[in-house]
Amino acid sequence: MLTGLANPARFMAVSRPLVPVLAAAAVLLLAVGTWLSFTAPPDYQQGNSVRMMFVHVPAAYMGLFAYACMGGASFAGLVWRHALADAAAKAAAPLGAGFTFLALVTGCLWGKPMWGAWWVWDARLTSVLVLFLLYLGYLALHAAVEDETRAARASAVLALAGLINLPVVKFSVDWWNTLHQPASLLRADGPSVAPQILTPLLVMSLAYTCLFGALWLLRTRAEVWRRRARSVRRAPAMRATLAPEAA
Amino acid sequence: MITAVSAEALALDRGGRRLFEDLSFHLRPGEAIALTGPNGAGKTSLLRAIAGLLRPAAGQIRFASAQGPIEADEARASALHWLGSADGLKGSRTAAAELRFWSEWTGESPVRLSGRGGPERSGPERERTTLDSVLDALGLTSHAHTEVRRLSTGQRRRLALARLLASFRPLWLLDEPLAPLDARWRTRVGEMMHAHLDEGGLIIAAVHDTLPIGARELRLEPA
Amino acid sequence: MSARRPTPLLALFLRDMQLAWAGGGGPLLAGAFYLGVAALVPLSAGASPERLAAVAPGLAWLVLALASLLSLERLFEPDWEDGALDLLAQGRAPLAAVAAVKAAAHWCATGAPLALLAPAAAVALGAPVRIAGPMLAAALLGGLAFAYLGAIGAALSLGARRGGLLIAVLVLPLLVPPVIFGAAAVEAAAHGGPWLPSLALLAAYALLAVAAAPFAAGAGLRNALG
Repeated sequence: MLTGLANPARFMAVSRPLVPVLAAAAVLLLAVGTWLSFTAPPDYQQGNSVRMMFVHVPAAYMGLFAYACMGGASFAGLVWRHALADAAAKAAAPLGAGFTFLALVTGCLWGKPMWGAWWVWDARLTSVLVLFLLYLGYLALHAAVEDETRAARASAVLALAGLINLPVVKFSVDWWNTLHQPASLLRADGPSVAPQILTPLLVMSLAYTCLFGALWLLRTRAEVWRRRARSVRRAPAMRATLAPEAA
Repeated sequence: MITAVSAEALALDRGGRRLFEDLSFHLRPGEAIALTGPNGAGKTSLLRAIAGLLRPAAGQIRFASAQGPIEADEARASALHWLGSADGLKGSRTAAAELRFWSEWTGESPVRLSGRGGPERSGPERERTTLDSVLDALGLTSHAHTEVRRLSTGQRRRLALARLLASFRPLWLLDEPLAPLDARWRTRVGEMMHAHLDEGGLIIAAVHDTLPIGARELRLEPA
Repeated sequence: MSARRPTPLLALFLRDMQLAWAGGGGPLLAGAFYLGVAALVPLSAGASPERLAAVAPGLAWLVLALASLLSLERLFEPDWEDGALDLLAQGRAPLAAVAAVKAAAHWCATGAPLALLAPAAAVALGAPVRIAGPMLAAALLGGLAFAYLGAIGAALSLGARRGGLLIAVLVLPLLVPPVIFGAAAVEAAAHGGPWLPSLALLAAYALLAVAAAPFAAGAGLRNALG
C-alpha cells in the first residue's frame, strides 16, 4: 500500500477523488457536530462555556496527530529518500501549526470563564504551547534553507528529534505541574464523561480528522504539482567531453 | 588500496538545475584527469560528488581495488585525499600542529606502497620525522611553529598540499591546487604529483589552465 | 599501531579544546554574558532580598541555559566555512562521531566553566549558600544536555539565513525537559527539600541526549555538505 503510494503518479491518481470525498465528510460531520455541540446540555459546573471544549479538544488532538503524520513522512523521506514523503511532511506542517494555534486560542477563551484568566500555566496548555514552538522551529528552518532538498532533509531531522522529545516534554511538563500546583481543578475529559458530551466530542474529532486529511492531500498534491512545474525537463547546462586516452 | 575510480552515467544538479548528465570515465593507477571549464561549469561539484560530499542526481561512482569492487564509503574513508578550494586550516594554530592533526585524522593507509623515494610513511615512532620531512618538501620548515594566520596565501596552500604527503592515500581530489602558487612551486608540486602517479596513485584535479603532468582533459563547457 | 598514537577522535577533541581557548577566549565571553545578564536580574525584577530570593535559583538556571545556547552558534560554523568539515567527512569516523566529539569538547571548554559560575551567580542573586552543590551538579549535567541538543540545532542551521537566532528557535522547545528537571532540583535545594530525584531525572535526560543527539547532528552535518 505505502510502497504503491510512494509512486507520485499513483499517489496523484488515488488522492484525486479522495480529496472531495474527505472534504464532503468533513463538512457533513462539522455540521452534525456543531448541532450536537449546541444541543448538548450545559455542564452543571461550567455552564455553557463547556461548549468551547468541542472546538478546543479536537484541535489540540489534531495538532498532535498532524505532528505524528509529519514525523512519519519525515522518517520516510529520510530513509527512502522519497520526494513525495518530503512534500507530505512539508504540507502537514502549516496545517498542524494552524490546529495547534486554534487549540491555544480556544484554550485562552475557555480559560477566561473557567479560571478567570486568559492564560494559566496548566500542564495541558503548556504542552500545547511547546508543540506550537516545535512547529515554529520546523517552519522557520524550512524557510531559512534555500536549497529545497537540503531544507527538506534538515527539517525532517528536526521533526524526528521533536517527535522523540515530545513524550519527554509531556512527561516533564505534567511532572512540573504537580510540583507547582495541586491537581488541576478541571478534568472535563476524565474517564467519567457523560455521553451527551462524549458524542459531539467524537463527532467533532472525526470532522477535524477528515478536514485535516482533505487539506493535507490537497496541499501535498499542490506541492507535487509545484515541483513538477519547476522540474520541467530542461537540457543540462553543460556538456562534458573527455579527451581520448593518450597513446 | 584503490586501483580504479569510475563514474557511470553520472548526472549532477545544482540549485535545482541539471548541470550535466551521462558523464562516464574510468581512471586507473598512475593516471590523472584534469577537469577544465569556465567558472560555474560544475568542476567543484563533480569533485564533491566523487568525494561523497554531494549526492549525484543519477548514475554511480565506483571504486575498485586489485581484489575487486570496494564499498564507496569505505574507499572514501580510507583511500581519498581531499584538497578543496578552501584550505581548512585554523588561523590560531601553528603549521606543524595543523599538519599533525590532519595526518592523524586521515591516518595510515592499510596497504603500504613500495614506492620509490618519498618520505618513509610507516610507524608512529617515525611520525615526527615524517612530518618534518613533509614540511621540508613544501618549503615550510622555517614556518613550522608559525601560526597559520601569519602565513601568506601561497604558504597556506603549500601547507594544505603537505597533508597529501603526510599520510598515504591513493586517490587525490584537488580543487585548483596550483592557483596561488608561484612558478617555482607549481613546478615542485607538479613533481610531487608525478611521484604520486609513479607510486600508483590517481589524481583528479580541477584546474584553470593545464596540469604540469600528463593528464587527460575532461572539459565541461556550456552546451 | 602504538598505543601512544592518539586516535583521530582524541586528536579532534584536543584540537577543538585548543581552538576554543585560542583567539577571543570564547568560554570567557560566555561567562561574561552569563554574569552580565545575571546582573540585570535585580535591576529589572527589583533588588529587595525577599523578592530576589524567590526567583534567584530559577533565573540563575534559565540564564545558564541561554548562555549555553548562545555559545553554540560557532560550534560547527567555522569548520563548515573554512572547508575543514569537508576534510573531517573523509576520515574513518562517521560524522555522528565528529558531532559527538565536538559537542563534548564544547561542553568541556564552555559548559564546565559556565557551570562553575552558576552557583556564584545564584548565591549573588540571594539564593541560600546550601544551593551551591546541587546547582553545580545540575549545571554540569544540564550543560551536557544543552550542548548535545544544541549541536542538533547548530548542525541543522548551517548555511541557513539568520543562523544564530534560528538555532535558538530550533533548540528552545527541545530544552523544555532539562530546564524543568534542573530548575526543580535547584528550587528543591533552595528550600532544603529533596533535590536528588530531580537531579536523577536530569542525568537520565542528559544521557539520552548524549546517546541520541549525535545521530541527528551528524545527519545535519552531512546535509550541510552537499
